[in-house]
Amino acid sequence: MELELPIEQWSDSVSTVVLGATSEDGGTRTSTVTLGGAATLPFLDFEGEAPNPPVLAMEVLDTEPEGWPEPLAAPFGDVLGDPAAWAARCVEEFDADLICLKLIGADPLRRDASPDECAETVRKVLDAIGVPLIIWGCGDYDKDNEVIPVCSQVAAGERCLLGTAREDNYRTIAASALADGHLVIGESPLDISIQKQVNILLTEQGVPGDRIVMYQVTGAVGYGVEYAYSILERTRLAALTGDTMLGMPMVSIVGSEAWKAKEAWMEEPAWGSLERRGILWEAATAELFLLAGTDMVIFWHPEALKHTRWLAKDLSKS
Amino acid sequence: MALTAVEIYKFLPKTNCGDCGVATCLAFAMKLAQKQAALDECPHVTEEAKQELEGSAAPPMATVTVGRGERELKIGGETVLFRHDETFHNPCGLAVTLDTSLPDEQIQQRIEQLEAARYDRVGFMLGVDLIALQDGGDGRLAQGARLAGEHSSLPLVLMSTDAGAMKAALEVCADGRPLLCGATTDNIEAMLPLAKEYNCPLVLTADSLESLVPLSETAAEAGSDQLFLDTGAQEIGRIQSDQTIIRRMALNKKFRPLGFPTLVACSAADPTQQMLQACSAIAKYAGIVVVDVADDEYLLPLVTARMNIYTDPQKPIQVEPGIYPVGEPDEDSPVLITTNFSLTYYLVEGDTMASKVPAHILAVDTNGTSVMTAWAAGDLTAEVIAEHIEKFDIADKVSHKTLVLPGGVAVLQGKLEEEAGWEVKVGPRESSAIAQFFREQGWAAK
Ligand code: B12
Ligand code: SF4
Repeated sequence: MELELPIEQWSDSVSTVVLGATSEDGGTRTSTVTLGGAATLPFLDFEGEAPNPPVLAMEVLDTEPEGWPEPLAAPFGDVLGDPAAWAARCVEEFDADLICLKLIGADPLRRDASPDECAETVRKVLDAIGVPLIIWGCGDYDKDNEVIPVCSQVAAGERCLLGTAREDNYRTIAASALADGHLVIGESPLDISIQKQVNILLTEQGVPGDRIVMYQVTGAVGYGVEYAYSILERTRLAALTGDTMLGMPMVSIVGSEAWKAKEAWMEEPAWGSLERRGILWEAATAELFLLAGTDMVIFWHPEALKHTRWLAKDLSKS
Repeated sequence: MALTAVEIYKFLPKTNCGDCGVATCLAFAMKLAQKQAALDECPHVTEEAKQELEGSAAPPMATVTVGRGERELKIGGETVLFRHDETFHNPCGLAVTLDTSLPDEQIQQRIEQLEAARYDRVGFMLGVDLIALQDGGDGRLAQGARLAGEHSSLPLVLMSTDAGAMKAALEVCADGRPLLCGATTDNIEAMLPLAKEYNCPLVLTADSLESLVPLSETAAEAGSDQLFLDTGAQEIGRIQSDQTIIRRMALNKKFRPLGFPTLVACSAADPTQQMLQACSAIAKYAGIVVVDVADDEYLLPLVTARMNIYTDPQKPIQVEPGIYPVGEPDEDSPVLITTNFSLTYYLVEGDTMASKVPAHILAVDTNGTSVMTAWAAGDLTAEVIAEHIEKFDIADKVSHKTLVLPGGVAVLQGKLEEEAGWEVKVGPRESSAIAQFFREQGWAAK
């Protein structure tokens, strides 16, 4: 029997954003990454096109992480103190599509690393990898305003993704991105109207829609998914129904969020293998966000990425 | 969709005979629309009209009960595609398989393992909801059902396509209203009468969405409405499409043959892949997922994800604001400040319990939001905390005047000391560090 499929007629699609510039485009990247473009809800290929598969990134910290549980630290061996080597391993051994460099060391409450030191790290990481780079600040508004412009400059022309621009802290980052040919992450705290406002502010400052990626602070399974899932789903619906100021691709952080959950790291025999638990927590978190509509996921553990790579393939089968 | 009085009126005899107890057919239609009367109070309504009216009054997706008693599950009856539109009502059931061709001792061990797979989360016990007995074709399904009945009160799914084996098992366990899984194109003629005779719900399994429809129509003709649908999808992409199509056909198109909850049996060989199959089915619309994996590390993310998906995002799960004892605190025990968001409260309570230092926890009314959310929203301020200290008369419970604040809101310290007149210590950012904090502060474990 032929079933008449219940297809929704969407009026719009998610915008397409390209990260990274190869030599043809004036950069030095050896590959680029394309985000977004979907004209349907996630993974419903009976309904419409989703030309670009989910993008899987890995996070690298500019400061050696302290207190990482053994199952998380083990795959990295001795590179955790060396961002460039860490990044190279993620690409070469762990199959990351791109790297997200988090400059947590710039935080005045941590190392208070100087803008020049941060920029030096950015340069080393760029040299160590051919894939595109996300440059993510420390989260301290004022410090990010000092650090990001300098980092943006050393990476000029590479079409990096700079983050994060917030409602009350977007001008400097937007200006850097425009000056040096980068893209911007607009951030909001799980709030669609704030997200829209951030995107409007960025657009008004001249950042075009195909240079913005949305980050709606996420959370992990058991720790905020009940909110984040619906926020992402509603955002994707808004994009498909023609709200261009919510039509950009989305990025979700899952590594650092999942490993915050005590289910990921705490010794507790009733919860099963500690070896695998964190990986599973991270993979399940990534899956829910992909199903809700995120376009790029940022991992910590290489195994979680590997399972998600399988998932992305399986999701494209129907 | 409920019909209006005018729509109902069209189906009534329009003779205004008054036999229904009201003067006119229209008045009777109005009572029906308000659910103050039942259709059979009109003795003249035609059979045809009855069917039309009852059909359109039925919910677009049936609610099906599996099991009996305390652990019975109500599944289906969902009304929306997106949980932000309303909420999902009846949490997806998690079934774990048990191979009945195993020797009895191993069956028993597996049952014990599944009974033990229970996890305390924010005051709720989460775990396996059903045992799925898998027929190995060796005549032992009934024995499996017997053992399951003896050692567990979990509802059962009987997984067999052999009507003979199914009947034998039903002789043992039909009282518990197991789910029969199930009927296929080849055996539906034998399975439908069994489901009817023993009054049990039935899964219709096909190898595609299209071939489910005639199966469902056959079941409807036989008068069955306690059904589950299974398209046999394994690829996660297909699970997503099939589940979405079924839900949309049921709710948006009111297409009866697909107006039932679904069952997704996950069978990827790799356990992580199987967990991902199941997790995708939980997120998108499955009524029951069946998995083979039974190790806690796979089940824990699944039951947690399910809880998240079935939590109403408009109404955070909360605890009553107030002062709670952990262990057996006395007048020297520390007083910890936190919020009344269940997740926050139970994390703090659990970590405090683990520290073995008896303590008082003050759950401040933040409308059920987390520490940082409440702080950012202006719901967790020095004034609010001071009011709670007053209101719950903390000074009466302890002889000291020291409070412990969550590290995330250290900025409130000075203001709170001023407002409340208590000394305020800043605790760690994460409650998991509370034990260490107590040690450093010299609060002793008991
Ligand atoms: C889910 C979430 C929401 C949900 C609400 C969930 C809820 N019921 O609270 C929603 C979507 C509604 C929401 C809304 C907002 N949010 Co919000 N939200 C989050 C998110 C993702 C997770 C919060 C969470 O559940 N954490 C888990 C709980 C258990 O954490 P917790 O309560 O802090 O408890 C821990 C510690 O504090 C500590 N602890 C707790 N009690 C105690 C006690 C003692 C004694 C000790 C020692 C320790 C301790 O231990 C616990 C476990 O580690 C966070 C970001 C993140 N990933 O953390 C943002 C976040 C908290 N939100 C934020 C903001 C700004 C908001 C809004 C104000 C945004 C807006 N303007 O709309 C609104 C406010 C809504 C309102 N008016 O009520 C910001 C806060 C920024 C800041 N640092 O001030 C955050 C950090 C996101 C961000 N980075 O921007 N949010
Ligand atoms: S009994 Fe039936 S026909 Fe007679 S008034 Fe009532 S509704 Fe009309």
